[in-house]
Amino acid sequence: MLDTKKTKSFAISTTFILLIIAMICSIGLGSVKFSPVEIVKALAGYGEQVSDTILWDIRIPRVLLAAVIGLNLAVSGALLQAVMHNPLADPGLTGVSSGAAVAVLFILLVVPGYSSFIPIAAIAGGGVAAVMVYALAWKKRGITPVRVILSGVAVNSIFGGIIGLLSLLYSDKLPGALQWLNGSMSGKGMGDFTVMLPYSVIGWIAALFCIRKANVLRLGEQAALNLGENINRIRLIISFVAVYLAAVSVSTVGMIGFVGLVVPHMARMIVGSDYRKMLPMSMGLGALVLLVADTAGRTLFAPLDIPAGIVMAVAGGPYFLYLMRKGDI
Amino acid sequence: MLEATNVTIGYDGKRIIHNVDLRIGEGEMVSIIGPNGSGKSTLLKGLSRLIPCESGTVRLAGRELRSMPNKQISQLMCILSQSNQTPADMTVEELVSYGRLPHMKWYGRLSLEDYAIIDWAIAQTGLDAFRKRLVVSLSGGEAQRAWIAMALAQRPKVLLLDEPTTYLDIAHQLEVLELVRSVNQELGITTVMVLHDLNQASAYSDSICVIREGHIALTGKPKEVLTSATIREIYGVEAEVEFVRNAQYPRIHPIRRTQVASL
Repeated sequence: MLDTKKTKSFAISTTFILLIIAMICSIGLGSVKFSPVEIVKALAGYGEQVSDTILWDIRIPRVLLAAVIGLNLAVSGALLQAVMHNPLADPGLTGVSSGAAVAVLFILLVVPGYSSFIPIAAIAGGGVAAVMVYALAWKKRGITPVRVILSGVAVNSIFGGIIGLLSLLYSDKLPGALQWLNGSMSGKGMGDFTVMLPYSVIGWIAALFCIRKANVLRLGEQAALNLGENINRIRLIISFVAVYLAAVSVSTVGMIGFVGLVVPHMARMIVGSDYRKMLPMSMGLGALVLLVADTAGRTLFAPLDIPAGIVMAVAGGPYFLYLMRKGDI
Repeated sequence: MLEATNVTIGYDGKRIIHNVDLRIGEGEMVSIIGPNGSGKSTLLKGLSRLIPCESGTVRLAGRELRSMPNKQISQLMCILSQSNQTPADMTVEELVSYGRLPHMKWYGRLSLEDYAIIDWAIAQTGLDAFRKRLVVSLSGGEAQRAWIAMALAQRPKVLLLDEPTTYLDIAHQLEVLELVRSVNQELGITTVMVLHDLNQASAYSDSICVIREGHIALTGKPKEVLTSATIREIYGVEAEVEFVRNAQYPRIHPIRRTQVASL
């Protein structure tokens, strides 16, 4: 872990600079390659017709989407970890993502006419999952880390079952929904990005306002109560922001696991557990990690386009095991 | 300063404290003692709103606790739990700064005055040399002092301590108790502690409150409360009580367990 305030801030800015470099590189990578100069030209409005189409319609929205969604999921995980006193809490493991996914899938498959309600339905579905986790994990005036994970597993499998059921019942309409469900960034355009960006920005601002509350929770509930905090209100607000950010992501690209788990952990290793530094670091790292995962997914086995969700699961699982071996979890 | 009237406290459907009345005057230093499971800590938590009272009222500085916003309570009263969790990378200075939280606006930052109070709290607890150290790297006694420094930074009128000496060796136990006494005497902070050690309760309190089975069995000055008769009755222990060199407080020597546990 880095020691001084200055080096921590430096690490955060470095991450964001790396993110920008990674974005430019990722825009250039693919079946048609572009040099950074061409990309800058196109961005400035001096590109050629063909390259403009590829860049603006396919590459740039995809890169932006990956970055924003990675950021959302990482922040969501960081906030859930604060509120559930559990380094393993993330929207995937606690069932928040699958709750949101069930709601979205229901609309896509059963009542496709109501697709404008997808974001709200996703938030409601994620919220139901979060409430279920709390209710199941609650015992003797509090939640314990172990019970959070156990109830997360239960909630996750319940919603997993519902997803399976919906897929069977509506197998005719499934292919399109499946492409969405497995966390793929392909086939998304600038439209999808511009729809989700304002939702996300609201979530980021709300998350920044949660920083101090999340920090107090690190001292434990009784200490936070002693310091004048209204524990139940804090819990509700932070959980809501976390669910909201996860739901916004799920409603756009489906379920992507491990970002919310792995990224806050990496951020903590680099800048420590103080959310004033940890949350911004998670933002930059989350965007970077998912962008790299998505770029790897679409370039490593081209022309196969492997969904970022699958890449994250393949890479995140072993990382998770590594953390367990190290004894951090 | 802190007044409980007909208070009943319980959780998970169990009643621990039954209809207790307790008055703690301003500037007093009071110890709550009693056998394991008698409800000492529960009473302290009820007084501090960490556990809500089922019935009865607790008044802090004349105002009913239930009617006060939590933040306002935290400006007047501080409770330190028996064991505290500190994040692995938190320094003493950082921990102490959290004590200023009750006095800050939700959007505010630490002011110069806040920093001055943090420095003062660190100096009061003798932690100047440790301020940049991680709390988890400190010994038990030093860590307890760091938490007391946080409590002081809160600038409370009332300080409640739940077994502040548990897990400490005797040197650190006495060090913490000396610190608490100086806080009480020099800063005039009303102090209520839950203690196990009768001699410590005797030496470090103006008055002692004895809890048995959820009721207050006795209250009074150490020399009035800590007699061999009460110790036999409350704990079922035979003890000799003596006053060394005309001390104001008794010294207790436990001898043996009497045969019947509950009398």
